[in-house]
Amino acid sequence: MKRGKPWAWIVFLLGAAYFLLPLIATVQFSLSIRRGTLSLDAYTNVLNSPQFQETFVFSLVVAVATIIVGLLLVVPAAYFVRLRAPQLRPIIEFVTLLPLIIPPIILVFGYIRMYNSSSILPLTNSTLGTNVLLTLAYVALALPYMYRAVDTGLRTIDVQTLTEAANILGANTPTILIRVIFPNIIVAALSGAFLTLAIVIGEFTIASLLNRPAFGVYMQNIGANRAFEPAALAVISFVITWAAMGMIQLLARFAPRTAPLTD
Amino acid sequence: MSSSLDTIAAPNAAPASAGAASSRGLLASFRGVRLGDLLGVAPFLLFAVLFLVVPTLYLVVGAFLDAKGSLTLQNLADLGTPQILSSFWISIRVSAASAAFGCVAGLLIALAIIRGRLPAGIRSTVMTFSGVASNFAGIPLAFAFISTLGRLGLVTVLLKLYFGVDIYRAGFNLLSFWGLTITYCYFQIPLMILIIAPAIDGLRKEWTEAAATLGATPFQFWRFIGLPILWPNLLGTLSLLFANAFGAIATAYALTGSSLNIVPILLYAQIRGDVLNNPGLGAALALGMIVITAVANIVYLVIRTRAERWLK
Repeated sequence: MKRGKPWAWIVFLLGAAYFLLPLIATVQFSLSIRRGTLSLDAYTNVLNSPQFQETFVFSLVVAVATIIVGLLLVVPAAYFVRLRAPQLRPIIEFVTLLPLIIPPIILVFGYIRMYNSSSILPLTNSTLGTNVLLTLAYVALALPYMYRAVDTGLRTIDVQTLTEAANILGANTPTILIRVIFPNIIVAALSGAFLTLAIVIGEFTIASLLNRPAFGVYMQNIGANRAFEPAALAVISFVITWAAMGMIQLLARFAPRTAPLTD
Repeated sequence: MSSSLDTIAAPNAAPASAGAASSRGLLASFRGVRLGDLLGVAPFLLFAVLFLVVPTLYLVVGAFLDAKGSLTLQNLADLGTPQILSSFWISIRVSAASAAFGCVAGLLIALAIIRGRLPAGIRSTVMTFSGVASNFAGIPLAFAFISTLGRLGLVTVLLKLYFGVDIYRAGFNLLSFWGLTITYCYFQIPLMILIIAPAIDGLRKEWTEAAATLGATPFQFWRFIGLPILWPNLLGTLSLLFANAFGAIATAYALTGSSLNIVPILLYAQIRGDVLNNPGLGAALALGMIVITAVANIVYLVIRTRAERWLK
């Protein structure tokens, strides 16, 4: 019996309708800025707006900074926990769950209280300081995904043997991390990076409360003031999310394996 | 927060017990390296303390301090105003409704694609789409639903044109409890699919066959075998989805501005202006949110650990 069951078809089609209708509607709406005809004007309006370009580049730079800082924090920690300090694992795993338990709005509220101009570490005093704070907030948001991605990458390679081999050849720990471990988990790290990008690029709450000119804040602003451009922005965001997720799937095919999977 | 928790939620937390045993031997022989190891982990832990733990504790403590810095319960008592209570109530209702809908719909879709004998390819397409849709949240999601179910949205217009149904005249409003719930389901259902699919895969074919051999109807199979095994997973995911919706703000804010008073939006307004001239009250609001999302998440984590024992 190869044919699908009728109830399965009904559920699938209902689901497909719920998920595809908003996409179709958004595309249709974004094309109907001119009465009676389809046009791409909403897209050209958005893409040509200097505000769009500035905020998008800003968010992209923050995302890249987030990924770099995140990797610098996560890779050594995950490496040492896996190799030599497994007793720290419960603590680290608990930490990586915290960003899921604490909503972003709580996190940024805490930052604003803690790092304001009258505190010991007045990060919100300067533009640079606030940008640093925004990046660190995003690192916190991305921590669960980044850690899980890197840890999964470490699990697929033989960390023990690679480290010992490098040691015998005279490499010190930083060299091992940079030239042996990282190249082997780069695919996993990249999938964490793309997930981070998808999360960070349109983030609104934190950027807005820290008063940074981010893409999410710009989108909200357009949403409050324009009719058709928001739909165009939604389509653009959807494409970006899709591209980021597509990259992760694509990368998964190139994952190197120096050792057979042991678990 | 409404981003993909799927990577976390996927039950891939296989503890490296074998590695642990062998590295303990290493630890003994490389006793001197320990400080170096700690240096590798230290930045991570320092970051966690400075940017996750302390800011949150700062708010929790702040909820119990008055303007002069002495201990008080007044802030918590001040939460009892009708405005704040109703915001908590509507937040809880939206989160619970979208979590329940997401749970049921996600389960049905997952069952359909895994056990419904649909053509090959549908499953992987649905899973990929779920990965994207569970990350497609925040501001753009609100725009998509305004284009769909807003006053000039495609579905609204088509229903009026072809079926003569004016959903707005019938009392529907996108900027309301139902509107928000329907919108939230767009990221809740995919999340459910991603989390529950591995659990459904864990239901072995042999069990279905054994039950059928003993004369069980499909209903009896699900009533006495399938659902009891999936039950912990379902409950756990329900609380995860609840927490996921409870902390979300961007979608609601872009959808409704500040016309729908859910807790995160109230807190957002409070942070923006510190309007109530009472920093303690903001902290108390935050404490309320932390308590609710933490409880929901802890329920999820506890149940998940128990559920994993069955689905190996």
